[in-house]
Amino acid sequence: MRNEVVLRVGAKVLIPFILLFGLYVQFHGEVSPGGGFQAGVICAAAFILYGLVFGLETAQRVLPLGVVRTLAALGVLIYSGTGVVSLLLGSNFMDYDALAHDPSHGQHYGIMSVEMGVLVTVFGVMVVIFYAFAGRGASE
Amino acid sequence: MTQFLGLYNYWIVVFLMMVGFYVLISQGNLVKKMIGLTVFQTSVIIMYITMGKITGGTAPVLLDREAVYSNPLPHVLMLTAIVVGVATTAVGYALIVRIKEAFGTVEEDEIEDSAL
Amino acid sequence: MLAVTALGLLRVRNLFGVVMLGGIYSFLSAALFMVMDAVDVAFTEAAVGAGISTVLALGTLALVGSEQSPPRHKSTLPLIVVLITGAALIYGSMDMPPYGAADNPIHLHVAPEYIEGTREDVQIANVVSAVLASYRGYDTMGETTVVFTAAVGVLILIGDLRRRRRKGEER
Repeated sequence: MRNEVVLRVGAKVLIPFILLFGLYVQFHGEVSPGGGFQAGVICAAAFILYGLVFGLETAQRVLPLGVVRTLAALGVLIYSGTGVVSLLLGSNFMDYDALAHDPSHGQHYGIMSVEMGVLVTVFGVMVVIFYAFAGRGASE
Repeated sequence: MTQFLGLYNYWIVVFLMMVGFYVLISQGNLVKKMIGLTVFQTSVIIMYITMGKITGGTAPVLLDREAVYSNPLPHVLMLTAIVVGVATTAVGYALIVRIKEAFGTVEEDEIEDSAL
Repeated sequence: MLAVTALGLLRVRNLFGVVMLGGIYSFLSAALFMVMDAVDVAFTEAAVGAGISTVLALGTLALVGSEQSPPRHKSTLPLIVVLITGAALIYGSMDMPPYGAADNPIHLHVAPEYIEGTREDVQIANVVSAVLASYRGYDTMGETTVVFTAAVGVLILIGDLRRRRRKGEER
């Protein structure tokens, strides 16, 4: 009984910091080690911690299965969408130079946008897999 | 002699790869096989990263001064390799769960017996 | 240390211990990557290998049971295969260029272009992110699609929550 209280309070304190760190890694991925994949996994780990401590039902009320599945697909869409936007602006597929008024800003916008796509997909996929494994166990 | 020390890295990688390979083909339990596969994949990644290192270099994050950077290309390839590896391991574990539900066991010998 | 962990993984029978040893192996290799200046790879290996892989393996163990039966037949054939493959690989590694030299062929052709190009055209500090997202962006798109496909695969295999009601018909 007492252990459960410690877990719950500890998790409630830690989870916002883990999410914040994940977002930090994502946005600083251009200046320091990091980037979309690491950030996606860290954010997913925060959510999985929430699911493990508070129960699968509570976690699925926060992020229902349909929403998470959509997130997983949405990230791939954002990524390819960046490439298509470059096409529509008159340049080659995924040529980031065309995205802004000068090439280095264009590269910057392009990289930020694709890393965002990667973050959303990796987060969605990890949570989907967690729901699948945990949901299977609950049904037996 | 220095050549031997330089080669020691590759020999350790080969040893790890062979241990992973042995677990993969000789152990009967499916979950242990998957862990052996993970060991195998990680040892291949170690090998590529070893090839990319430059003595006296630093991490490939640009600094304002002139510096020697370790080769960033193997890092990029291995980043992709790690993520694809975890994707395949996830599907593999899902298959193991289904096998357990279909056959009742995850030992290779018992699955062969019951399939006969 | 990595070798000892791998050997321990081979001998331990309790699967929970095997999974934990796998996590230790991932952490040790992440430390090794840090020593070899591969900071992005170390970060990803620590997060993915020691985090997600271990969670997935533990989830599987919760569903399939965690003791391994003793082996039923002798394993000389796998041992011979492994020894022959290992000998061939070591023979192949004799030709490798010296470790860490700055004029190895691997460092000469594309890598300086990427480093210079990141400084001039792309102008962000993390060369690995620039190569991943800009120079090799197409590969990363394929990788993201692979991750999505893995989610689809897992969902097809064990995803359906509506099966909870059909529990009686499963076995």
